[in-house]
Amino acid sequence: MPVLKVLVVDDEPGIRSGVSRILNNFRVAYPFMDEDFTFEVTEAATGEDGITIIDGDKPDIVLLDNKLPGIQGTEVLEYIRNKNYDVVVAMITSYASLDVALKAHKFGATDFVPKPFTPQELKSSIENITKQLYLRRITHKMNEEGRKVRYQFLSVLSHELKAPLNAVEGYLKMMQERQSGDRIEDYSTPIERSLQRIQWMRSLIMDLLDFTKIRLERKEEKIEEVHLKGIAKNAIVTVQPYAIQMEVSINLGLKSDVVIMADPTDMEIIFNNLVSNSVKYNKRGGKVDIVIDEDENEVLLLFADTGIGINESDKENLFSDFVRIKNEKTRNIGGSGLGLSIVKQVVDLYHGSITVESTPEVGTTFKVRLPKKFN
Amino acid sequence: MKKSDFTILVADDDPDYLFQTVNNLGRAGYKTVAVESQAEAESVISKMKPSLAIFDLMMENDDSGFILCYKIKKKYPDVPVILATAVAHETGISFSLDSEAEKTWIRADRYLEKGIRPEQLDQEVMKLLKI
Repeated sequence: MPVLKVLVVDDEPGIRSGVSRILNNFRVAYPFMDEDFTFEVTEAATGEDGITIIDGDKPDIVLLDNKLPGIQGTEVLEYIRNKNYDVVVAMITSYASLDVALKAHKFGATDFVPKPFTPQELKSSIENITKQLYLRRITHKMNEEGRKVRYQFLSVLSHELKAPLNAVEGYLKMMQERQSGDRIEDYSTPIERSLQRIQWMRSLIMDLLDFTKIRLERKEEKIEEVHLKGIAKNAIVTVQPYAIQMEVSINLGLKSDVVIMADPTDMEIIFNNLVSNSVKYNKRGGKVDIVIDEDENEVLLLFADTGIGINESDKENLFSDFVRIKNEKTRNIGGSGLGLSIVKQVVDLYHGSITVESTPEVGTTFKVRLPKKFN
Repeated sequence: MKKSDFTILVADDDPDYLFQTVNNLGRAGYKTVAVESQAEAESVISKMKPSLAIFDLMMENDDSGFILCYKIKKKYPDVPVILATAVAHETGISFSLDSEAEKTWIRADRYLEKGIRPEQLDQEVMKLLKI
């Protein structure tokens, strides 16, 4: 159970012991919190003592009288403010002139509890402060986590963008120094590899554009009736040259003309990624079955391949950013590691679901369910 | 000893970068063994003792290079290891091996940025092999 440390700074012993008595048995609960907050009170009779305790004990809440024997309450407040401590301060004072109130406000006091106060008044003020403190800390934590995730994303991204540049640069240097001879034919492999790396880099950039689009766009305006048959056919046409090269046949099965309310670009993202994966990770002479089906409320999409399959342990992170399954079979297959993460994000956006079933060496099936109506 | 008396183990999962590094080392005169994964590197280490090893940091695992450093130093404490990575620039994490503490943790002798010039790589290798 979380315990908040409360420091009461007041020169009247009666007030200090009163606060201790009231708060030591008090607990605060909110419907959105798992646990109740309780309080642990420390006392200080002067501003100077208060500052010593604040520096050492780092309280969460300070109840501060303004009229003190030595330094004044507002000076303590200013001290806390300058130190940037994560603490909420409430003034408890009977001489709350406008001047003091303004000063206290300026230095960040969040509440005023006029003396004398009843136990109920103190409790409701503490309840308020606790909620503020909780929300402030949660927001801070979430911002921090968001920053960390963005930072990680960017560092992996720049690694992924730099690797192909290094490779191409290396090959160009080989050619510049005429390392393999003077004829252009002596460099057919470096040229081929460079072109390949550039092409993969381009598809990474295209994926990135999809990625930012999903995160930034306002959906509502783009929703329209989308005929999935057309989207599927386009995806097949796009991947066809590669499929021919791999001798993979693609079959499209659909019961009727299935229509969904969606942004057509999003449906293209789903089909393009899953169809191209099912060709890319297939075996020579394999096949891909795409099925578009529907029930009353949902559209069901199946992408089944006869490819290399995915190990159980690799399934876990399959939908995370920049995850590429690295093994002997995938090493010559280019990919950004963003495709499935993008698909998952789109599916989530529509409150749908995506699941995967796979047997190594036999094949993989992705199942996507999407509600027909966008909400 | 001549350069051709030394065998350098190079592990990198980027086939192009691996090819280029091996090519450059070969042109400089060294013998090389090239592998594309941490697993292959481990199997090579179990069978032979290279004169020097160059490991990429991120292969099957994000820390493959560190793991390989640790394993090779455990088996052959006198084999110099170069950790090659493109990570530092992006993450701002510096893997330079300045303090003694870092050296015992990472167990690499040199940290090199990927994309260094072939002559520079040769210099570093010569220094470590005391040629």
